[in-house]
Amino acid sequence: MSPEPTPSQTIGPFFHFALFGEDQSKLVASDHPSAIRLGGTVYDGAGDPVPDGMLEIWQADEAGRCAYPEGNSADPPADEGFSGFGRCATDEEGRFSFLTVKPGPVPGPDGQHQAPHILVSIFARGLLKRLVTRVYFPDEEDANAGDPVLNRIEDSDYRSTLIAREVDGRLSFDVFLQGDHQTVFFDV
Amino acid sequence: MTQRPSEATERGRDEAGVQPPYLYPDYVGTRLRAPGRPLVILPHTLSETAGPAYGHGRVGELDHDLTRQHEGEPLGERIIVHGRVLDDSGRPVRNSLIEVWQANAAGRYTHHADRHPAPLDPNFGGAGRCLTDDEGRYRFVTIKPGAYPWKNHDNAWRPAHIHFSLFGEAFRSRLVTQMYFPGDPLFDQDPIFQSVRDPRARERLISSFDLRTTEPEWALAYRFDIVLQGRDATPMERNHK
Repeated sequence: MSPEPTPSQTIGPFFHFALFGEDQSKLVASDHPSAIRLGGTVYDGAGDPVPDGMLEIWQADEAGRCAYPEGNSADPPADEGFSGFGRCATDEEGRFSFLTVKPGPVPGPDGQHQAPHILVSIFARGLLKRLVTRVYFPDEEDANAGDPVLNRIEDSDYRSTLIAREVDGRLSFDVFLQGDHQTVFFDV
Repeated sequence: MTQRPSEATERGRDEAGVQPPYLYPDYVGTRLRAPGRPLVILPHTLSETAGPAYGHGRVGELDHDLTRQHEGEPLGERIIVHGRVLDDSGRPVRNSLIEVWQANAAGRYTHHADRHPAPLDPNFGGAGRCLTDDEGRYRFVTIKPGAYPWKNHDNAWRPAHIHFSLFGEAFRSRLVTQMYFPGDPLFDQDPIFQSVRDPRARERLISSFDLRTTEPEWALAYRFDIVLQGRDATPMERNHK
């Protein structure tokens, strides 16, 4: 008989001292030629910023290749220094910010290609289990229109919550946990 | 149209119903943070079945021993916490990072936002990490954490617990949870523990006292085994193919 999964519990408000020994918000060096800044604010159902959350991102490298845990490396990324993983706590204004690169397209179901995207996990007090969403890129209109995951969401306003906006050369992605502008969250 | 959070568990891939719902009104913090719209089922693509190899090479020699990270020994009851990490097919999760954090013996975190008027211990930070071995085993040495009050409801107290963060081998394996201690009298009034509605699943959050691993004249041991979602579809989904 297969063992049953261990239930999730909230990360609580007191995780910072344990999970932020190093700065994990920069996936690439500041002087990386194609570095992009991805940031935003997390809001609760009252429209107030969430000041005690944690976001993690996971993505392919610029060539669309994912890093695997040791021993599972079917297709290692070209850039061995790129783990594809980042972690950032929200600040007092609910803001987060990552420095990364735009991932390439990755394979999707049934041989289709997926539009470039970044997976995001959100943890916070009041979240008994993580929330998962995806960040898509505003300059990929054609790829986004053909993306098999985006196309699962029929309501175009709702789908558009997954597409970052470009603001002053940075990618802006706000997360709304609840309410009229709620972000799309996924069951993985 | 404003979407109100529904109380439906929205099980989705969690067919067995082992996970807590997002909205559990007794836990007041969920009321404004639980999403109101159902989750969108994500087909399993490379993005979710690959996963970050995070933290390797960053684990220091004493990171697993929370009693030896400072000048002196911390106050409190020294304990060993150990167990195995498996995936939902029963395979060991190898070489995978575990991060833990907890309050000290008096029920106080070394965190600026913790206002509980209990003493800090200069010899206890309360954070540790380690990698699982080839059998999926891990082991920490620490101090038994104290219960502490919080403001969720009148006279609310959290049962003693240790926070666990695990990666596993895929993005979908990621788990943040809490380990509890057997026989805690605070279980019945704790909405975070009670948010797991299946009593059998709830039991799996409670470590078991382990006399065999207890070290004579040194430390009691508790065993906490953890099961993560595997890289692929759940066993139930596989059976349906």
